[in-house]
Amino acid sequence: MLNLDDIIRILSEVDEIELEGVSIEAQELIMELKQGLAYIPVAKHAKKEKVEKKKEKLKYERKIREYTGSIQEVQIGATRKEGGTRDYVIKIGGQTTLYPYEGGYKNRPVVSFDVFDIPQPQFPKVLREIWSEVWHDPVAWAEKALEYGADLITIHLVSTDPHIKDTSPREAAKTVEELLQQIKAPIIIGGSGNPEKDPKVFEKVAEVAEGELCLIASANFDLDYKKVAQVAIKYKHNVLSWTSLDINDQKSLNKLLFEEGLPRNRLVQDPTTAALGYGLEYTYSIIQRIKQNALKGDSELQNPISCGVTNAWGARESWMKTPEWGAREYRGPLWETVNALAVLFAGADIMMMLHPLAVKTVKMVITSIFEKVNPSREVKYEDWIKI
Amino acid sequence: MARISPLEVYKLLPGINCKKCGADTCMAFASQLIERKKKVEDCTVLFEEDKYKEKREKLIELLTPPIKEVVIGDGLKVGGEEVLYRHELTFFNPTALFIDISDDMSDEEIEERVRRINKFKIERVGQELKLDGIAIRCKTNDEVRFGEVVLKVVENSKMPIALCSFNPEIIEVGLGIAINRRPLIYAATRNNWKKFAELAKNYNCPLVVYEEDIEKMSDLVQDIEEYGVSDIILDFGTYPQGEPLARAIENMISARRAAIEDGFKPLGKPILGNATVAWLVESDPIKASHLESSLAASLMLNYADIIFMHTLETWAILPLLTLRQNIYTDPRVPIQVEPGLYAIGKPNESSPVLVTTNFALTYYTVASDVEAGKVDAYILVLDTEGLAVEPALAGAKFTASLVKEHLEKFKVDEKVNHKTIIIPGMAARLSGEIEDITGWRVLVGPIDSSRIPKFIEEKWKKNGKA
Repeated sequence: MLNLDDIIRILSEVDEIELEGVSIEAQELIMELKQGLAYIPVAKHAKKEKVEKKKEKLKYERKIREYTGSIQEVQIGATRKEGGTRDYVIKIGGQTTLYPYEGGYKNRPVVSFDVFDIPQPQFPKVLREIWSEVWHDPVAWAEKALEYGADLITIHLVSTDPHIKDTSPREAAKTVEELLQQIKAPIIIGGSGNPEKDPKVFEKVAEVAEGELCLIASANFDLDYKKVAQVAIKYKHNVLSWTSLDINDQKSLNKLLFEEGLPRNRLVQDPTTAALGYGLEYTYSIIQRIKQNALKGDSELQNPISCGVTNAWGARESWMKTPEWGAREYRGPLWETVNALAVLFAGADIMMMLHPLAVKTVKMVITSIFEKVNPSREVKYEDWIKI
Repeated sequence: MARISPLEVYKLLPGINCKKCGADTCMAFASQLIERKKKVEDCTVLFEEDKYKEKREKLIELLTPPIKEVVIGDGLKVGGEEVLYRHELTFFNPTALFIDISDDMSDEEIEERVRRINKFKIERVGQELKLDGIAIRCKTNDEVRFGEVVLKVVENSKMPIALCSFNPEIIEVGLGIAINRRPLIYAATRNNWKKFAELAKNYNCPLVVYEEDIEKMSDLVQDIEEYGVSDIILDFGTYPQGEPLARAIENMISARRAAIEDGFKPLGKPILGNATVAWLVESDPIKASHLESSLAASLMLNYADIIFMHTLETWAILPLLTLRQNIYTDPRVPIQVEPGLYAIGKPNESSPVLVTTNFALTYYTVASDVEAGKVDAYILVLDTEGLAVEPALAGAKFTASLVKEHLEKFKVDEKVNHKTIIIPGMAARLSGEIEDITGWRVLVGPIDSSRIPKFIEEKWKKNGKA
């Protein structure tokens, strides 16, 4: 067998060389040849033999896909310089491609923890155990949520519901004001879901939070969505456009909100997150369709998507003590995790969540897929056989 | 959005509307072929007459899905997919979950695991959720022991199996024992592929090819196909976190897009995902099971047709099987529940009767809202042919006479001592007519079922009881 040095030596001594039955085993072969030695029949000869023996292989090449539309980039939270008081802001959306590996993702999806303005004793046990010590104080609750890795916080002003505590808009505004003073993360402001009360609450809350670029959740067809849009425009906030599992409704509501004068980059859409096992497939497909249509150029759907993954806890499998389903303390957080992963891979930009373990796992997947971080531990795949 | 249009298929049919296939017209048959409700062979004319030879061949080629369907064991189908997104048509073969058995486990442990895998069953929405197979991995590198374990599994389970080792000699021992089971062989690599291809060819078994580089995977698959192996499954390697996990998922998506969007056949194969890698980074069984199930979900959501898993914890498997049930639900056929009278909680003769439709999502939403509100009630489920309340009303599938029929059929008057029913808020306009023809009093309930508990509290307890 000849090594490279031998070959080079021989090549330098002769004018022409012909090799037979030779194959070269190397990944890449670089030869610097003197002028006049350019003719090397070796490679040609070997290649010819190969062609006779084998069918031409199809070469895989990754095709670049063209997308004609893009998703609006929405900013939640404003710094002092921008007219708010946040220490940092969250940017979501802005995609120009369907998948992150295609290079069109400037922002990764984010996780918001749900915080409520009154204690939630009806929470499943695993959630009560975590949150009961802080649920008398939204600020303490939010601080704990941030420790658990929240990118931002959603404050649900549920006590304003006339059937619950009928807290006045003024009092609700105080809760939000205090939260904004005590925590530095951007916030999402949720109402109680009462269609008469919510617009009134949002009006007061938006006023005290003027310029903070919060996300007001939500404008929907059940309430005076125009008023919600006007309030958001006046006091500089974003609006969550919420519809119920119907892409056409989502399109029309977005359109109506834009027609009210809401800037294109101040709307986040929520097509409703059905729980794992309870219609999640509808949510999954609607999110995929929204993203695909948006990237094809449908301007009424080109906004980031928020998902209330917390709805996972509405599925009885997440909380019910049923021995044949296995331990509920592990089942519940996993139920929320899997629910979140489904909407994440479908195209969600914000995931509203409740269990710290679920958030930890989902954030691990987010940093893996969207930021391609180096793994904290290197493993060799083939070793799975030996676990 | 489907890959093929009925017209394309129609052009390759006899076009004589003979009805021998059971469809009224060749065009109807064409649609049913695309939906896989009928097979090409059902068109007997096409096979009997020689003049259709060319059409027949073209039709079979056209109907072959871009992702090859591979059969493991005596009937577990994986792959065979037509579309990238379920809303474009439907996904056909649900991701198969294989639970592992290692040959270093004790005989008792193996028997116990096999027993649990065999009998694993959970009922959800009228379906039985089960596991699909057993992956036997050779950890000992001892072919005698591996053979013993394969024999033990084969004797104790009828499930499809996978034989896992990178050593072809060990695989051959397993094949010798399990040959009648047509096991899945795991795995050929760029280094050992010839020996593995030889085994797959000789024993006529499907073969997993492991290669992390997608270009090299494409080349390797073509080499193995040319060698004579036709049933190939792709394993790009799964990693528990970070950039390698992103790369694995990117490869899975890229392979599927190349096959479906560009018709690139070498990568048009079922894909294997391997969630057991969670156990390489987590030793605590609870943490490992949580991570493993999360990885398995991520793989399932990104085109994995088979997933290997190690955990046997029901709490870790149930969410996955539920996700699979959701994602593989045919979007063209809504899941329905059986019409009937359902008891929620512990209703008695004075409990309220709520009326809803048999669209599964509607029913389960109502049922879970009632349950969450700790209300004891009956739910009368109408046969609206799987439509939700609003479309059922619009399509006259939810009518006063249907309510009457169901009240009688399910003998509601024998269950309760009052004659009042609560109908969905959206069906308010039917209230008068229902009262007229049934003689039952009608209360119009809330539009959103989440307000049912409040409604019962306020309206039923005050006015409802007879």
